[in-house]
Amino acid sequence: MGPLLLFPDPPPPELAQALDLGGHAWKGVDGPGAAADEPDGGWSGAIVSADEQPEAAFALCRALRKRDVPLEPLLLLVTGAQLNELNLRDDLYDDFCLAPVRQPELVARLKHLFWRSGRGTRPELVEYGPLVLNLETYQAAISGRPLDLTYMEYELLKFLSSNPGKVFTRETLLSRVWGYDYYGGARTVDVHVRRLRAKLSEEHAPLIQTVRSVGYRFGEARWSV
Amino acid sequence: MMTATPTEGDDMERQQDYVLRTVEERGIRFVQLWFTDVLGAPKTFAITPAELENALVEGMTFDGSAIDGLSRVQESDVLALPDPKTFQILPLGGSGSDPTARVFCDITDLDGAPHKGDPRNVLRRNLDRAKERGYTFYAAPEVEWFYFADDDPSSTPKPLDQGGYFALTVADLPTDMRRQTVLTLEDMGVPVEYSQHEDAPSQHEIDLRHTDALTMADTVMTLRLMVKEIAMERGAYATFMPKPIAGVQGSGMHTHFSLFEGDVNAFHDPGDEHGLSKVAKGFIAGLLHHAPEITAVTNQWVNSYKRLVVGYEAPVHVAWARNNGSAVVNVPRSKRGRAESTRIEYRAPDPACNPYLTFAVVLAAGLAGIEEGYELPPETQANLHRMTPQDLEAQGIRALPGNLNDAIDVMERSDLVAEALGEHVFEWFIRNKRSEWSDYKTQVSQFELDRYLSAL
Repeated sequence: MGPLLLFPDPPPPELAQALDLGGHAWKGVDGPGAAADEPDGGWSGAIVSADEQPEAAFALCRALRKRDVPLEPLLLLVTGAQLNELNLRDDLYDDFCLAPVRQPELVARLKHLFWRSGRGTRPELVEYGPLVLNLETYQAAISGRPLDLTYMEYELLKFLSSNPGKVFTRETLLSRVWGYDYYGGARTVDVHVRRLRAKLSEEHAPLIQTVRSVGYRFGEARWSV
Repeated sequence: MMTATPTEGDDMERQQDYVLRTVEERGIRFVQLWFTDVLGAPKTFAITPAELENALVEGMTFDGSAIDGLSRVQESDVLALPDPKTFQILPLGGSGSDPTARVFCDITDLDGAPHKGDPRNVLRRNLDRAKERGYTFYAAPEVEWFYFADDDPSSTPKPLDQGGYFALTVADLPTDMRRQTVLTLEDMGVPVEYSQHEDAPSQHEIDLRHTDALTMADTVMTLRLMVKEIAMERGAYATFMPKPIAGVQGSGMHTHFSLFEGDVNAFHDPGDEHGLSKVAKGFIAGLLHHAPEITAVTNQWVNSYKRLVVGYEAPVHVAWARNNGSAVVNVPRSKRGRAESTRIEYRAPDPACNPYLTFAVVLAAGLAGIEEGYELPPETQANLHRMTPQDLEAQGIRALPGNLNDAIDVMERSDLVAEALGEHVFEWFIRNKRSEWSDYKTQVSQFELDRYLSAL
């Protein structure tokens, strides 16, 4: 995977530092011309700071997005006073971050952006024993048998099987998988786990373990005794 | 519901994407759009995958005037808007048939506003009220039905077995059909708690594990369809008619209800002698106070009242008790004393009710009890079926309405039911049931011929 494109060149020092600490390779560019000169492996994404040269920054964003294969993810850094500039430019960036950047926020946003755009830490397939999830097609199968899942069952199974061995509380699952307040409240998680187990069939139902008075775990515990 | 936040909008898009990709990947040929009329009858029309994307975003227009309670003639067109969370591939159908999926729909007016005659919207509205107060409403019904050889009304229904309560019958057709139903439901993600042969010949029961009331109402619709479809495939007939055979038990839909505040069962109080919280007591008091008013909804047919008679384990009197099947509100002992399983059981509903409206009025009655602080009457210790009318009166125990006409009379005066159902459904329902009663009243029954023809 190639480095991240950074604008301007040199980038703001706090940005460079945050990326270095986060373990991200990067390369600074000073405009669309330099951006066209792609490094080996291509750009893995871009962080464009509009703080000092807003017009050049938006022009660069537009150039990156209007390529045959638009570059993404693209994270835009703006100051609070520049928020108005975002109007009608939603197509130019995937997310934005207020400058000056705070390192934890930047790292969290990058991680999320990579996950969303299907690169970096997100694999196409999640496999665990006989279970396979294809994240592109939203299909799940156990021992080759397709599972007829509802959307939320699929999302829950995806989350659990992407994090095998970890114990999650109901609240964590609710906030990470459902993400917003749902009729069911935290009990919803139990209901969906029961449905998933029913669909996995008796043989594979133990893939989802109940951890007494804590929550649920997918697969074997990391610290098996 | 209409003013979705950006997060919900994104989520909705992903849900729609999930449905579209699944239809494509799994080679689904037809998607059935399911919804329910005011009387609880399942309605559907099928669309092809090509129409699905548009249906998910904009809804499908159809003429609602043909659907009971849905529309007035001058504004007959309505929209069916699929709820992508309920998308499910149907496990039924032999090898030769086209792969089919179903999705439940909300019915809206052409401008996108929830339709007042859509039972799913009625329940949603009541659940929203509970949610505003921090409650999630759970339901777990026990659904009973009969298998018969056919649905020919000209003769007495013919049971397919003579088994009794919990009977272990060997490889007979009804037991096989029930087993197939349980497996099919599990394939559809409906966890079944128990299934058993019930008391009467050819009577069977499936108990569902609790879930939020909206999902459960959808599930009851699914269950009724699956039970009937599987029976039909085997050349038999399944009916949820409350009392198909005189002299044996009818079919009920006893339903367990609880309110949760987040992860905490709001019905439980470890400090109370019986583990019941103030919320639970208020809920029971509300349910008892309004029980006669909501009976027309929970027991909506002329035939429903043939079940609500003394002598067949069906409730007749408005009272509550612990572990006492003769009271309309029963408080079961929680399993292994687990706080989270504290719940109350309402024993009036029958399986021919509209589950959306039934859950809506039960919730409204319970919430009224909590909010208004109704006093919970003392628990009934005795078997109510054995008490004399004088005893009942002395203890202030009322009876449920004895027939549909009485039930409608009580309901018509109920502000609570009017508010819970909304004026549109309330008014339509009363008119429809008045008409059913007047049709019934003009009949001359076999009972009268047998009893009077030669004697008078």
